[in-house]
Amino acid sequence: MKAVRIVTGTALPLDRADVDTDQIIPSDWLKRVERTGFEKGLFSEWRDDRDFVLNQEQYAAANILVAGINFGTGSSREHAVWAIQQYGFEAVISPRFADIFRNNCTKNGLVPVTVSAEFNAALMRAVLEDPDLEITIDVERLTVEVPAIGLETSFPLASGTQQRFLEGLDDIGLTMRHLDEIEAYETKRPAWIPTS
Amino acid sequence: MSEPKTLSEKIWDRHVVSAGTDGEGDLLYVDLHLVHEVTSPQAFDGLRISGRKVRRPDLTVATEDHNVPTADIDKPIADEISRLQVETLRRNTSEFGVVNYPMGHAKQGIVHVIGPEQGLTQPGMTIVCGDSHTATHGAFGAIAFGIGTSEVEHVLATQTLLQARPGTMAITVDGELADGVTAKDVILAIIGRIGTGGGIGKIIEYRGEVIRSLTMEGRMTVCNMSIEGGAKAGLIAPDDTTFSYLEGREKSPVGAAWESALDDWRRLPSDPEAAFDEYVTLDGNEIAAQVSWGTNPAQVMPLHGAIPTPDSFDDPAARDSAARALQYMGLVGGTPMREVPVDTVFIGSCTNSRIEDLRDAANVAAGRRVASGVRTLVVPGSGQVKEQAESEGLDKIFTAAGFDWREPGCSMCLAMNPDKLQPAERAASTSNRNFEGRQGRGGRTHLVSPAVAAATAIAGTFASPADLE
Ligand code: SF4
Repeated sequence: MKAVRIVTGTALPLDRADVDTDQIIPSDWLKRVERTGFEKGLFSEWRDDRDFVLNQEQYAAANILVAGINFGTGSSREHAVWAIQQYGFEAVISPRFADIFRNNCTKNGLVPVTVSAEFNAALMRAVLEDPDLEITIDVERLTVEVPAIGLETSFPLASGTQQRFLEGLDDIGLTMRHLDEIEAYETKRPAWIPTS
Repeated sequence: MSEPKTLSEKIWDRHVVSAGTDGEGDLLYVDLHLVHEVTSPQAFDGLRISGRKVRRPDLTVATEDHNVPTADIDKPIADEISRLQVETLRRNTSEFGVVNYPMGHAKQGIVHVIGPEQGLTQPGMTIVCGDSHTATHGAFGAIAFGIGTSEVEHVLATQTLLQARPGTMAITVDGELADGVTAKDVILAIIGRIGTGGGIGKIIEYRGEVIRSLTMEGRMTVCNMSIEGGAKAGLIAPDDTTFSYLEGREKSPVGAAWESALDDWRRLPSDPEAAFDEYVTLDGNEIAAQVSWGTNPAQVMPLHGAIPTPDSFDDPAARDSAARALQYMGLVGGTPMREVPVDTVFIGSCTNSRIEDLRDAANVAAGRRVASGVRTLVVPGSGQVKEQAESEGLDKIFTAAGFDWREPGCSMCLAMNPDKLQPAERAASTSNRNFEGRQGRGGRTHLVSPAVAAATAIAGTFASPADLE
């Protein structure tokens, strides 16, 4: 994955709670065996509505998605992360992400930014008012800053995950460094555990 | 004495290959990796690109379930992209030496149905699959959870996963269920209580008299929908019900190995003094048959009630989401659920496609007729379930009543195969997700138990079996 240190840009306000991955990318798109080409599937059913925020010209250049609480619930499909990323977003801000979605983000370099409900609401309002509002997410300092309106907060990221973002490291390569431990563990597994 | 631990903490600790420091996740060993055609192609590609092998093909099992048609399975899959995806799984599993149960094979079926029925799912194990309903296997007292495709690749290559240690949540359902109330109603009521995000970051342990009295299949139905409450996983302490289900299954240990396994499994339940991060209690006597009215599984209500109005919600976000959901569902708040007519009834999915589910539905269907104009699909969870059902004559009962009896697969649960709802078509479905478009673009899904689904097919409007008397 490619390294991510700073994400600066404007945001698209998706002012809905409980956005599940079936909405992010409908199941028809899951038949593909490739890892690219999912941008057209992003929110494809909601995009039929001309007023849907993704169709609004003033947000066309956004590279940060600001969403409501419980973002990415439901299906484990990593295609949801691929679609968001391939559409042009580099970070998603929400008060709470579903676990699998959040994990999937960290495997692909899409920054999951968890903020308080108050901060999220203030940012959502500000972005609805001013589509050109500049936002900076700093993965090194773990901060979100909106200088024009004096909004600033920090967000959590486990140190190892942060390191992988900053250095663009490959998880499997890192785990392979523990090969001795994996082999040692395998010699101690109870014999009754089934095999295929 | 060592620290008291919960069931999930015991299993977790046993599987730590390398402990994370400084808030980092632990590297966990994976005992069983289940694979299907949808979330694996890019993972196998990744292995090829980096020249890696599958570390433990003997701990990996694949099957074709999400895309497969449920009719005419002797013919090639008509949808070309689906066919390519299924063929890709066959190529990948044969190239990497992984067992695959293809469409039409007696052991093929929904990934979360075939693991338990073969005895591959056992207490104390860690089980993962590129599928969010993996928690189903938690019914046996295993830690089982869904992962994304990058993690699938990671498990294929290393048989381990880097995971942050989840929190713990105890959900106790005490009392006794009323007649006609099933495991599906219990889990829908639980989700209605905790909401779609209530379990995020946690492993739920289901406990209490009601849970103890459920069969293994009922317990699977409960654990299956843990993800709908946002939980990382859901599990139930293994007990004699678990052991008698497992004894004699194809992959269960035998002889001395069975005895040592039993000794070990009996030590798994949470220590009495172990503390959970969060506690939720429901009174089983109060749970009624449930129907979902909205577009997420927390939007549920008793079958005998009236559809809520947006104004009945205090929280502005809930009000907004209710209004949007009612509009999508084409429903008016205040309408009694029993007056709402359906177009389609789907009995199937990893939540409710096992033999007991089919027996429940067949009991209701026996000697009756499906209401005119209602399309019905009964899709067994696996080849083995289908065979068992046919040996009991359930297929005959269904077809005589006008239900369509199909081949095993995920089918209308997610509509990746030809079984889809049309826009604005309304379904009573025994599956687990009522998201917008889940069963076909514009389709309207109401989640129910198999008994309510069958009764609804007969009545043409939402109904319980008792309503048919
Ligand atoms: S039956 Fe539905 S929920 Fe279960 S694995 Fe298949 S698609 Fe997923």
